[in-house]
Amino acid sequence: MKENSVGLVTPKICHVDTPLHTVSGGVIPQYDLVYETYGQLNAAGTNAILICHALSGNHHVAGYYAGDEKPGWWEAYVGPGKPIDTNRFFVVGVNNLGGCHGSTGPTSINPATNKPWGPDFPIMTVKDWVVSQDKLRQHLGIAQWAAVIGGSLGGMQALQWAIDLPDRLRHAVVIAAAPKLSAQNIAFNEVARQAIMSDPDFHNGRYLEHGVTPKRGLALARMLGHLTYLSDDLMGKKFGRELRDKLKYSFDVEFQVESYLRYQGEKFATKQKFDANTYLLMTKALDYFDPAADYDHDLSRAMAHVQAKFMVISFTSDWRFSPERSEEIVRALLDNDKDVSYAEIESQHGHDAFLLPNPFYEGVFNAYLQRIWQEVTADA
Amino acid sequence: MLNRQRLLSPEFKLISSWIEPGSRVLDLGCGDGTLLAHLQESRRCSGYGMELDPNLVIASIENGINVIQANLNKKSLLDYFDEDSFDYVIMTQALQVVDRPDLLLDEMLTIGKQSIVTFPNFGFWKNRIQLMFTGRMPETDVLPYHWYDTPNIHLCTFKDFESLCAEKGIAVVRRAVVNQQHETTLGMKLLPNLLGEIALYQIQRKHPK
Repeated sequence: MKENSVGLVTPKICHVDTPLHTVSGGVIPQYDLVYETYGQLNAAGTNAILICHALSGNHHVAGYYAGDEKPGWWEAYVGPGKPIDTNRFFVVGVNNLGGCHGSTGPTSINPATNKPWGPDFPIMTVKDWVVSQDKLRQHLGIAQWAAVIGGSLGGMQALQWAIDLPDRLRHAVVIAAAPKLSAQNIAFNEVARQAIMSDPDFHNGRYLEHGVTPKRGLALARMLGHLTYLSDDLMGKKFGRELRDKLKYSFDVEFQVESYLRYQGEKFATKQKFDANTYLLMTKALDYFDPAADYDHDLSRAMAHVQAKFMVISFTSDWRFSPERSEEIVRALLDNDKDVSYAEIESQHGHDAFLLPNPFYEGVFNAYLQRIWQEVTADA
Repeated sequence: MLNRQRLLSPEFKLISSWIEPGSRVLDLGCGDGTLLAHLQESRRCSGYGMELDPNLVIASIENGINVIQANLNKKSLLDYFDEDSFDYVIMTQALQVVDRPDLLLDEMLTIGKQSIVTFPNFGFWKNRIQLMFTGRMPETDVLPYHWYDTPNIHLCTFKDFESLCAEKGIAVVRRAVVNQQHETTLGMKLLPNLLGEIALYQIQRKHPK
């Protein structure tokens, strides 16, 4: 087992009996949320941190499953002595509703039909996720999160938490996010969805009933996604125009970057068995995210009742959710004289930077979590 | 960013004494956040620091202040704040490093009711003597850099600063002239531009907007 890791972990299930009425008008009569926890909840219940995942993430944030070499997706930042220190905090990772890693989603059985939900699973929004995650909070007996933390789509959930349930969190750490998607962001998502839906194996989303999965479409969607997570600079450095062999003047894989993208797509669609309907749902949740829409499209007004203190972090080479987008969030908080700190981290890793080691990012993260910890201990 | 450590405590004490308790404060180039943290603790102030240097941003977070990482040479303060958002906008030992001190002063007095600005006096006698007798750019404890690597690209004397204020319709509410130990001598009072090493100015618009 690796050092500074939470070690072996097992997921748990939180069953929710109350129906969820989604923003999209759907109803999920009852549902399961799969989650993992690391560290110990203190007696006062004041040291709990919720980690929200991004597009393709899940509840397996840190540690290892028995027999699995690969750790959770945020192993670099969650563990004993790491920025989100599991010796101090009780850390909760949850798979969002509509996901494909154990929480109720399109691959689950729809009680009304006894068949997989498939494309009939209600369209999810970030607001719905906050409602469902709040059920998990109650299930765990936590009155108020010390912090809700997330990157990308996860950061959007942290922001929505602060707006929708202001007294249920003391801090929001919003990393590499945006207050809403741009036309370009939505366009990328739409191309990804079209790649999936035009795969002959898609069968209008009922592929499971046909015993197939739209692997090619999903792989294409992932290739496109991956492309937008990296910076031009980094791709140049990593691959340049390097060839696998020599130019063959054919449509085979010739450049290393082609090989890399195909590998990523293939891995996602085949090895990780990501569900195509979940991918569609997640991209839609991104597109619909717009907390200001409930407040006359005025983000400052949306932030007026926020009680959480904010740490907002962006990365210089992230062109998917650029620093300017994070600054929109900061500006709206400043308009309301809210407590907010902002760091723009120098990185060449594009949007992916929020997952990767970086001394300044770690420094900021450490310092802010230290402050949260001081508050927790001051209350004790 | 700057050689601020040695100036730190007495200068900040003097500034603190000028600030009304309970004020909203913005500290530009807030360094490690010491001043704002002090104002929060001792004078019930609230507000933000702005800083460019990554390590100082981390130090500011450690010191418990709200810090916004920003490059004031690339962004306008108005990108972040509305008119009259603060009682005081403070900038210590940083006026001389920005691209356009004159424009920044305008912005500071737009988003703040008053400003407190401190900077090294280039008219200090030691600087004059070095230039006169060695024929070279002064290098002193307060200005420890070479001419080619100094971040202090817009050095000025007290007279220069006050004439800029007059031109811009900025009123000097209060002024303190001190040496490096932050003492004020009789000589400094009589001949500030010659004998004063560091200036602290409290300024505001002559004609409120």
